[in-house]
Amino acid sequence: MSTDRMPEQPDPAPGQSLLEKPVDRRRALTVLAGGVAAGAQALGACTPLSATTDEEREIRVLAWREYIKGNYRFMTEAERAETIARLEQLARLRQGVDVTIQSTGAQPGVLFGYAFNISKCKGFRLCIEACINENNLDRAADTQYIRIFEMDEGAVDLEHADATFQHEVPAEGHFYMGTQCFQCADPPCVRVCPVGATWQEPDGITVIDYDWCIGCRYCMAACPYWARRFNWRAPEVPPREVNPNQHYLGNRARKTGVVEKCHFCIHRTRQGRLPACAEACPTGARVFGNLLDPDSEIRWVLANKRVFRLKEDLKTEPRFWYFTD
Amino acid sequence: MHLRPFLASALRSATTGGWRYHLWMGSLTLIMVLGAYAYSVQLRQGLGVTGMSDHVSWGLYISNFTFLVGLAAAAMMLVLPAYVLENVDFARAVLVAEGVAVAALVMSLSFVVVDLGNPLGSWHLIPGVGYLNWPRSLLSWDVIVLNGYLALNLIIPFYILYNHYAGRHPARSRYLPWMYISVMWAVSIHLVTAFLLAGLPARPFWNSALLGPRFLASAFTAGPAFLILLLYFIRRTTDYPIADGAFSKLALITAVAAQINLVMLISELYYEFYWPTRHGASAFYLFFGLGEHHALVPWIRTAIGLNVLATVALMVHPVRRNPRWLMVACATLFVAIWIEKGMGLVIPGFIPSPLEEIVEYTPTWVELSVTAGVWALGLFVLTVLVRVALPIEMGRVRSPHLEVPHGALIIRPRSPRPRPERPVRPVRTR
Repeated sequence: MSTDRMPEQPDPAPGQSLLEKPVDRRRALTVLAGGVAAGAQALGACTPLSATTDEEREIRVLAWREYIKGNYRFMTEAERAETIARLEQLARLRQGVDVTIQSTGAQPGVLFGYAFNISKCKGFRLCIEACINENNLDRAADTQYIRIFEMDEGAVDLEHADATFQHEVPAEGHFYMGTQCFQCADPPCVRVCPVGATWQEPDGITVIDYDWCIGCRYCMAACPYWARRFNWRAPEVPPREVNPNQHYLGNRARKTGVVEKCHFCIHRTRQGRLPACAEACPTGARVFGNLLDPDSEIRWVLANKRVFRLKEDLKTEPRFWYFTD
Repeated sequence: MHLRPFLASALRSATTGGWRYHLWMGSLTLIMVLGAYAYSVQLRQGLGVTGMSDHVSWGLYISNFTFLVGLAAAAMMLVLPAYVLENVDFARAVLVAEGVAVAALVMSLSFVVVDLGNPLGSWHLIPGVGYLNWPRSLLSWDVIVLNGYLALNLIIPFYILYNHYAGRHPARSRYLPWMYISVMWAVSIHLVTAFLLAGLPARPFWNSALLGPRFLASAFTAGPAFLILLLYFIRRTTDYPIADGAFSKLALITAVAAQINLVMLISELYYEFYWPTRHGASAFYLFFGLGEHHALVPWIRTAIGLNVLATVALMVHPVRRNPRWLMVACATLFVAIWIEKGMGLVIPGFIPSPLEEIVEYTPTWVELSVTAGVWALGLFVLTVLVRVALPIEMGRVRSPHLEVPHGALIIRPRSPRPRPERPVRPVRTR
């Protein structure tokens, strides 16, 4: 894994072990900065000013170097590997969990799309549960990327829909319709972000660099589908429930005060697997696939079913379609 | 060469005064400390200590931000006549207006910062070091125009004051071009802030071509109204000469802008309610409430009542010309527009949500305290600026290096030690 990049033994002091490495300008700067570890204090780490243990000192140095890193989109491969090593080490030191963070890029010839069969969905919401577990969503605030709306039979009418239903499903005279991030081809959230912390990847997934987000929430105001969620408080995931299979742009640990959203399970789908919600659905209402593959199920749905999208008039071109049997 | 005595006398002007002055500054400091404490709670626990939620993701902070950008822009209403049109009535008042602009900008920028979830990441906005998504993001435009306007409103008055302090006439050719820029810039800061909201098709309540003009109209109502109150206070408590003409002209500006603002309000109401559509749900929520949700209804109705009342009052000549009634009308307008542009504009944009769910918003004590703290900061800055500028403008404070007294009275520094002899530049006379 990555232990070769970040020595785990903090003896001698991490500052020194760093100095023994070949020093370029950036590294020199970061080592210098690590010395000014008081800066790390300001990072919200509630460690006392004088670190008592080597572990605390290491956390502080790592946190400082994380603080001064750049935007993931513009990082070199080496820089990406370094930050991932730091994040994995921090997860070990802070929560005692061993996680693997991928940086898998978009695969050539892949453009993801999603179709949702509103005839099949029965409102079981197993997709929501799978999403929470898969994506390390904040258990304290009960963050959910997916919403399942219970609608009155007859019309797709969000005004009279209810996403907070608490009764046996499927309920008589109702049908169910799920929403999540629609991965628009022309996403307003990306256009409005003042720091470029969110962008669209070549495979059509709009991602967020959680460490670059400044938490202004302009993207939340701009999203016509209410897909974005904010970490109003420190997110909590019990260490034994953490999904260790993570992606830098996906389900890795978020921090207080930044925005997150559905990323089509980027850590799974870029390896050819289905998103957790599609896999968990017991009714087969969820169809996920590669829009560029003429033999994919999603292409079959688009070609053979009458499909529609929400708020087409806004011209954000969602890659998420609804259809009926 | 005059810089050090300038700063020293500025500090002296800002820190000396009667007991009322100290009580005022002391109270502001106390409120700022309370705000700072509340902000520290927010920093430690996150924005979850506010009343905001994923549904209503902007609240009191951004509401105050949009209002205060308007107040800052309104300084232009004095700058334009005073410098560009060379209107003598405004000559004495314009520095005060620029002080208001600076204070309003300090407040708006503070409100943006306290609203950030990750304020330590603000360096990501610095082009080169970070990445500013310009020109695509309207928020990046706002960062540029607000900081630029702040710089203009700090540098121009400083240049003028400093020259007066040094016993010189500021060179018109030096500052006039910047004045022109500043006037256009004032319009831009408020338009950009309106576009920031109007550019979001996700929020039909803001997504309107009228929003930009409406922002300007309300800003040029609330801004001059505030200036009238402030100038009147200065005239009552100091012997700083402010021409009567300044008041009557400002009152006229306020009255006209208030009427334009009302016309736009009527257009908006007609558009939303003659044929109500789904897109008008937010307006419905704001003015009538949706079902059992109607938190904003009393606020907006109060605001509109006050607005209409004050506007009508200002349209009646005898009322507008009576200083006491003018003050009442201006204070009423200021409060009405604060409600309407703040809580009445930003929050209903989020209710109902784009998926038509209704979640209401009530600010918490943390938000209220931080908001009070930022307002206290702004009033503190404004007081200091006015306090420093007026004695210089009245010729009471001049550089000690001047041989020939420029104004009527020269207050020399109280420093007892003799100053070294220095060649003194002769003062240019008109």
